[in-house]
Parts: sequence; C-alpha cells; structure tokens
Amino acid sequence: MSDVLDRSGASYTTAPPVVFHVRQLTKTYVMGEVEVQALRSVDLDLYEGEFVVLLGPSGSGKSTLLNIIGGLDGPSSGQVFFRNRDLTAADDSVLTRFRRESVGFVFQFYNLIPSLTAQENVALVTDIALHPMPPREALGLVDLSDRLDHFPAQLSGGEQQRVAIARAIAKRPEVLLCDEPTGALDFQTGKLVLETLERVNRELGTTTAVITHNASIAAMSDRVIHMHSGEIASVHRNLTKVSPAELEW
Amino acid sequence: MIALDKKLFRDLLHMRGQAIAIILIVACGIASLVTMMSAYESLQLSQATYYDRYRFAEVFVQLERAPDSLADRIAEIPGVRQVQTRVVVDVNLDVPNLEEPATGRLVSIPEVRSPILNDLYIRQGRYIEPGRPDEVLVSEAFALANKLELGDTLGAVINQRWENLRIVGIVLSPEYVYEIRGTELVPDNKRFGVIWMERDALGVAFDRDGAFNDVTLSLAPGASEAEVIFQLDQLLERYGGLGAYGRDDQVSNRFVSDEIMGLAAMAVLIPSIFLGIAAFLLNLLLARLVSTQRDQIAVLKAFGYDNLTVGLHYLKLVLMITLVGAGIGTTLGLWLGAAMTQYYTNFFHFPVLRYEAGVGLISTAVSVSIGSATLGAFTAVRRAISLPPAEAMRPEPPAQYRPTFIERAGLQRYFSPSGRIILRNLERRPVQAALSLLGIALAVAILVTGRYFEDAANHIIDVQFRHVQREDVTLVFNQPRSARVRYELTHLPGVLQSEPFRVVAARLRFEHRAHLGGITGLEPTGTLRRLLDKKLQTVVLPPDGVVLSSKLADILGVSVGDILTVEVLEGERPTRTVPVVGLVDELVGLSAYMDIHALNRLMREGQTVSGAYLAIDAKYTDQLYTQLKQTPAVTSVALRQTMIDQFQETIAASMGGFNAVLVVFACIIAFGVVYNAARIALSERSRELATLRIIGFSQNEIAFILLGEQAILTLAAIPIGFGFGFGLAALTSHAYSWELYRLPLIVTRASYAFAFVVIVIAALGSGWIIQRHLKHLDLIAVLKTRE
Ligand SMILES: Nc1ncnc2c1ncn2[C@@H]1O[C@H](COP(=O)(O)OP(=O)(O)OP(=O)(O)O)[C@@H](O)[C@H]1O
Ligand SMILES: [Mg+2]
Repeated sequence: MSDVLDRSGASYTTAPPVVFHVRQLTKTYVMGEVEVQALRSVDLDLYEGEFVVLLGPSGSGKSTLLNIIGGLDGPSSGQVFFRNRDLTAADDSVLTRFRRESVGFVFQFYNLIPSLTAQENVALVTDIALHPMPPREALGLVDLSDRLDHFPAQLSGGEQQRVAIARAIAKRPEVLLCDEPTGALDFQTGKLVLETLERVNRELGTTTAVITHNASIAAMSDRVIHMHSGEIASVHRNLTKVSPAELEW
Repeated sequence: MIALDKKLFRDLLHMRGQAIAIILIVACGIASLVTMMSAYESLQLSQATYYDRYRFAEVFVQLERAPDSLADRIAEIPGVRQVQTRVVVDVNLDVPNLEEPATGRLVSIPEVRSPILNDLYIRQGRYIEPGRPDEVLVSEAFALANKLELGDTLGAVINQRWENLRIVGIVLSPEYVYEIRGTELVPDNKRFGVIWMERDALGVAFDRDGAFNDVTLSLAPGASEAEVIFQLDQLLERYGGLGAYGRDDQVSNRFVSDEIMGLAAMAVLIPSIFLGIAAFLLNLLLARLVSTQRDQIAVLKAFGYDNLTVGLHYLKLVLMITLVGAGIGTTLGLWLGAAMTQYYTNFFHFPVLRYEAGVGLISTAVSVSIGSATLGAFTAVRRAISLPPAEAMRPEPPAQYRPTFIERAGLQRYFSPSGRIILRNLERRPVQAALSLLGIALAVAILVTGRYFEDAANHIIDVQFRHVQREDVTLVFNQPRSARVRYELTHLPGVLQSEPFRVVAARLRFEHRAHLGGITGLEPTGTLRRLLDKKLQTVVLPPDGVVLSSKLADILGVSVGDILTVEVLEGERPTRTVPVVGLVDELVGLSAYMDIHALNRLMREGQTVSGAYLAIDAKYTDQLYTQLKQTPAVTSVALRQTMIDQFQETIAASMGGFNAVLVVFACIIAFGVVYNAARIALSERSRELATLRIIGFSQNEIAFILLGEQAILTLAAIPIGFGFGFGLAALTSHAYSWELYRLPLIVTRASYAFAFVVIVIAALGSGWIIQRHLKHLDLIAVLKTRE
C-alpha cells in the first residue's frame, strides 16, 4: 500500500540526493489560434536511485514532462535542474553531452532507425557512450539474442519495443526515462522487460522513470505520480515494493 | 561511428534510384563543361602551336607588281623580322571528275625547301624537285574533296594555255587552315584549292619574272603591327598595294579564330548554364532527401550525437553521391573532349593536335557541384537540428486544415475525393510544389536551350540563302569589265536572268576605326540579291550613299547619317567620303552596299562590273559549266546550293558536335529531375499513401493521387520552362554575335515540341517506375513502425 505525501514529494525526510529538480514547469503548444496547455506549473523532484511510475489519462502531459526532463524539448517557462545544472539554461552542446552521457530513453513510438538492424540500432548508442555494455548483451537482457540481425520492419511491435529498451540500457545510463515501455507487450514479455529495468535500477542505481497506462506496474515502484490535465494530481509513496515477477496485470 | 556508417551505406543502397539520377545530373553538368572547355582549349592550343612551329606570317599584303629588289627595302622597315615575297594568282582549273569549273590559287614556293614563312606540312608525298616546273603540291582539303592522289594531274589555265600539273605532295599550310576564297563565307573545298608551285615557273607564266605580287612578313618581338602596316602601305603605294593587314584580317585566321571564339561562347555559356542548373537541382534534391530523414536526425540527437557528427554523416552521403557523379562527369568529359577535338580536325586542318584539359577547370566544376550539394544538404540538416528532438521525432505536423481554393469557390462537387486530396496537397505544401515545379521547368529550359543552336542556324540559312541570295550562280571576272558583258552572259546556255554587280576593294574608316573589305554595288531594281531588314522586308537601295550590315556599323561605330571615309584600294586608289544611308540586319558576314551606278560614279569609271548573279535553268547546268570552264575571264563560279551545303557543314563543324552532346545531356538531366521529383514525393508521402491503402483506397486510386499531383506539376512546369528556355536562348544569341554570322533569337515550335515530348516521356517513365513501387508499398511495415 502507499502513503500520500505532499504534492512535490519534497518532504521526504531521509532523502537521497535529488537528480532532477523541476520548478514551475509549463509547456504550451500554440497551434494557430488554439493553445494547448500540456503542462501547467509542474513541481517535482526525482531522487537518485528511485524507480518512479507516471500514471495519467491520455493527453495529460506525461510524455511532455519526460521529454523536457530528458533534454529533448524546452519548456515554455519554469526550470529543470539536473544535479544542480540548470538544463533550461543550457545550450545545445551541454544538452547533447547530458543526453549522451547521462540519459537512456525509451520512446513511446520506439523510433528505431529503419535502415539499421536490431544490433546496429543498439550499437548506434554504444558507439558514443562512455561505459557501454556490448549490444548483444543488451539485447540478451530483453531476450532478443535470436533477432540480432533483423531490421525494424522485420520485427514485431513488441520486439521493436524491446530493441528500444535494449538501446536505452546499453549505455548504462545514470537515468532511464521510459515512455510506455511495455505498452505493446504481453504479460510474459512485459514482465521480462520490467525485470530488466528493475535489475538495472537496483544493480546500477539508475534513477528510472516509467510512464505507463498499466496501474498495476505502480506496485513495483518507489513512488507513483499521477498526472491530470498537465498537472501533478498526486504523488504516492509505495512502501511495499513488489518484484516484477509478483505483479498482477 | 560504425553503426552510423552502416546507416549511410544502407541509406545509399535504399535510395539508389534517386542517387543514380542525381549522379547523372552532376555528371552531365560537369561533363558538359569539361568536354566543351577542354575541346575549346585544345583547339586554341593546337592553333597556336601550329602557327608557331610553321611560322605563320603576321602581316600580309597583295599588290599589283613589284620588283624583287623591293624585298630588301621591306626588310629594312623597323620591326620586320622575316620577309617573304611571292607570286600568287587565281586560275581556272580542270579537275578530274568535276563537272563544274574550279578555281586554283597558285602560290609560289622556293625551288629548294627552306624555312619559309607559312611553311608547309607535308602530309603525303614529297616537296617539289628542282628543274621540274610541272610538279605541284596541293592542299589536303582540296585533295580530299576531289579524291586527288599523288601522281594525279590537274589542268590549269596558265599563260592562256591549259597546262598539266602533277601532284607530288599533299600538304597543309597555316595560311589556309580554313581554305576559303576571299569572296565567300564558307569554304568550298571541291571548287577552290590552293596549289603550291615553283617560283620561277609561276613568275614567268604570269608576267612576274623577277617580280612579286604578294608579301607576307613576320614581326620582331615588341614591334608594332600598325606601324609596320603603315610603312608597308606607303612603300607599296606605287606598286598597286591593296592594303596590308594583320592576322586579324587574314581570311583563314579570321574565320578559324572566329569559329574557335564561337566555340568558346558555347563552351562557356551553355555548360555554365547546365552546371549551374545541375548544381541548383543538386541543392534542391539533397535538401529534400535530407528532409525526409528529419525524424532520424532527431533520434540521433536524442541519443547524444552532436550536431557536428550528424552534419558529417550527411556530408558523407552528399560527397559519396556527388563525388561519384563528379568522377563520372570528369572522365566522360575528358573522353568526349578528346573525341570532339579529334572531330574538329575534319574542319580545321591542323597537322598537330594537342589535347589538354585544365586542372583549374575540372576542380572548379567539381567544387561548384560539391559546394551546392553540401549547401543543400546542410540547409536541411540545419533545419532538422534546430528543432528540439522531441518535436522533430514526431512526423511533420499535418498542415492546418483550411478549405482549399476549390472549396472556397464551391467547386468541390466536380472533384472526386482523390482529386480533392491532390488539390489540397498542392495547396498545403506550396514550397515543395514550387520546388518540384522549378526543377522540372529548368529541365525543360535546358532542353529548349540545347535545341536553340540548330534553330538559329536553320534560320540563318533560310534568310540568307532563300531570301537574301536568290541567284543560282555567282560569277566573278578576273578583272573589272564593261557593263556590256551582261548581254554576253544572257547568251550563255541556260541563263534565264543576269544581274551584274561591282565589288571594289576598300578600307572603310570612321574616326579611329577601320574595316578592310569592300563595297558591293548592286542594281537597285535587282531581284537576285535583296537587302532585307529584320522583318524580312525589302530595303530599297538609295541612289546615293552606302548601306551597311548592322554588325559592320557596330564595329565602325557609325549610325545612319554619319559620313564614312572610303579608301579605295584599286585603280586610281581615290579616297572619298560617303554618307551612311541605311542599315540591314544581315545575319551573315559584314557588307557595305551601294547602288552600282553610285559606286561607278564614286570610282569615276564608266559602267563597270566585277561579276554577275545568274538565275539558270537547271537543265542546262552541265553545258553552262563546260562553257564557263573554258572562259579564262571568269575566275570564280560560286553555286548557291553548294554554299548552303557548305554553310550547313560549317555550322555543323562549329556547333554540331557540341550541340549533339548538349542535347543528350539535357535529356539525361531532364529525366533525372522528373524522376527525382516523383521519387521524393513518394518517399515523403509513402506513409500517408499506405494508410490510404489500409483504409480501403485501391492501388489505382493512390497511384492517381501521387501521379496526378506529379502530372499537374509537370504540366504547369512546361510553359514556365519554355519561358526560361527562351530567356537562355536570348542570352546565348546576345553572346554569339560574330563577323562570320550572328545567331538570331529564334526558337521554333519544333524545339518546344521536342522539349515537351522529352519531358512527357520522362514523366511517363518515372510514373511507371513509381507505379511499380506503389504496388510493392509495404503496408505492414507502415503498421508496425512508427515514425
Ligand atoms: N507538438 C505538439 N503540438 C501541439 N500539441 C501537442 C504537441 N505534443 C503534445 N501536444 C498536446 O499536449 C498534450 C499532452 O501531450 P502528451 O503527449 O504529453 O500526452 P501523454 O500524457 O503522453 O498522452 P498519451 O498517454 O496518450 O501518450 C496533449 O493534449 C497533446 O495533444
Ligand atoms: Mg505519451
């Protein structure tokens, strides 16, 4: 079961160091006359080594938040600090280094390079990472050792998703940001992927944020963040973490 | 970077159709420049080398008669290096197997070979031997045209008697690279040939024993040509000097240099246009090619690839395509350039041919291509990396919905859903549509420009030989005759009509500018030779004053109303002033015309003629020829039909080869552009088309949507391309204005039709290929992968 903390989760008493420190973050998309408020004054801290699950209805701003935290997009206003470094004030080369050295992404739409095989898609990231694992090993972790030389178009949706996850963890990143990593996966494979994420989180201390529509995944997290209409509706601290193997879908 | 390089390799493989099309465009742009420029430079180099090694003279003069002793005085003129005095006469020839009469120019050479000016290159046989006055050397062009061989004999009227001359050598001379009678525009190697024979034999036969009637000389370094000419003219004044002139006015050199200059205009202008257009297309194509990878660029960025690495990745892609194109283009250009230089030896008789292609030229062409390709790719890369990766990773946002022009006008019910999709697409992506349009229009323009030369040449022939020159035969007498000769002419077999003319050798002067040529006196009521303005309306020759071709007026800097000074170079050699009373827009040559009576008055002579234009009955041609052959008073017989043939051949010489190559290149570029425009549209839209297929559109319907769009763009581009093409033709016409001929601004319907057909074929061919791609559109892949 989980306890309700205050909205930012900042009052956590024996808090480990903060990795991401988000202040008054807003994001407005302007499309002609229509304005979409994807994020409205979001405040949030993510702590080193924790495993956070983001829940919320479609269009509530989850991907937008994750993209901004990961340096893929800029906010309309507000600030994001990554370990005391103000990402919102950083220039492109700083953001590039940040993404290259510190972040592993899993995109909602996988975004594999169609002209590269599974293994090569992973290599694309390990080629420039500081302490990567071999691409084969990363693919082994998501149980794709027999699909190394398949192109994305020759893989099923779930397999593509697992390549995307292998690509994200292969660089042994400091933080792992996953946008619906199990959306296309069956129960068994989903569990496998979650186990991988959990192991990376546990063994390497990787701060991990996972967006999902599957509320039961919340049970394996340290904290659960609910979003609604561009705002953080609530943050729950999960006191009885279960292992992925014990999850019920 | 290994994975990134693999991506590069796979991408290239995947887009090979487009890559090949782009490679061809670059290759054609570069090859056209390299071919033309190297051929041009090689011809120029060959000419210079030939002149140098065979001591082509620098000043020339013809005169009546001067004693050999005068040669020493000529040599004493300051600035003269080497003097050569000669006897040169034109005679009637009887050539084996030639019906028509021919003219031979007999030129004296020393009995024993020595390093003379205008030295001969012996192609076949040997030099003449002392003590054999009947041995002669003939020019290669004449020998080839009449299939003359060593040992053959020629009949020549020498000293009023037919003599047989034996050919012992076939030779080339720097003085007759272009073997042309002074009075004509184009060579007629069958009926005019140069024959070199021993000095004494020639001197005795033509009353020039111990005397000469022709001088050529070379200049010491740094000497002033004008000064030497001035002194020489003074010295020869009392020996009937016809006015000395430099290489610029030496007939063969003038024509060869003009032709080579003409090639230069073509070699620089047209290929530059081609290369420019190719470079522009390259820029366009690579920009769009890279744009289709916008989401992939975003992924690379999201994983921490920096801008430099991403930029280099696409630079490699561009370089691979462009360098292969440049390599093919340069190789092809060098090969074609060498072949073309070789081909020009059919028209320019150079004994030594040097082929050289400047490194500077090639590197310019290559860097222009690479530069524009890189620029194109980088604008696209820069656009892609300037977006936050999160945004760039999403497919380009669908353009905002807005009723199209068709819907605002309430016309939508006349269009099927597919038709409406086409129209909306064109309206919503105006930039892409405009770029495709521009690319295709430029391809059309290239095709029109490629054809322009032929159009212009045909127009010249039509105007000059069907509207201006309407005679069948032009006769020139060996000396001016009384006008009464006209009645004798009408009694020649087959002569229907005859109109005499008078040609007076003269130097025309206005202020400090001068032109050495002649004035032609015509019968103002004549119908065989007409003066026409630009609209082909007859210009009436006023009873007084001189009418000039506009180009000559330009050269002299005169306009109607100015007074020209005319220094006559024959007879009493009077100097007179004549008002310019009109201009004619002749496309060929430089002429000055007067009423023949006015010219006779100017010369203070009775009714005198130099020759006549004849209209003849074709049935009696042979008899007429036989008769003319036996008439020593007639030194030259020119046939209009031959002139047309020769002119065509000459134009073919200067432009035909180039033109054929250009048209082929233009076709390739046009295909490349149309195909690429369609391929890019396919890759930009394959998702959308696949989705349409999935929701139930048939294969034909999506083909209609994609190809219909291309068809509309192509059809709209064609008239625009016609406009561009006409503009380029105007530019070319402006650049191509020489003394020999001027290119009129004429683009025929046939050329527009040609461009139209090539583009339509290219469009259909591309459409067919695209249709096959559509058939294999991988619907499942669309469902499985997300952008
Ligand atoms: N590029 C964009 N332009 C305009 N509006 C956008 C853009 N991206 C997102 N939005 C809007 O912002 C809001 C938040 O989008 P976001 O992708 O963050 O939602 P989400 O919570 O991830 O939803 P889902 O669970 O469906 O993925 C949505 O209303 C969406 O329509
Ligand atoms: Mg989302």
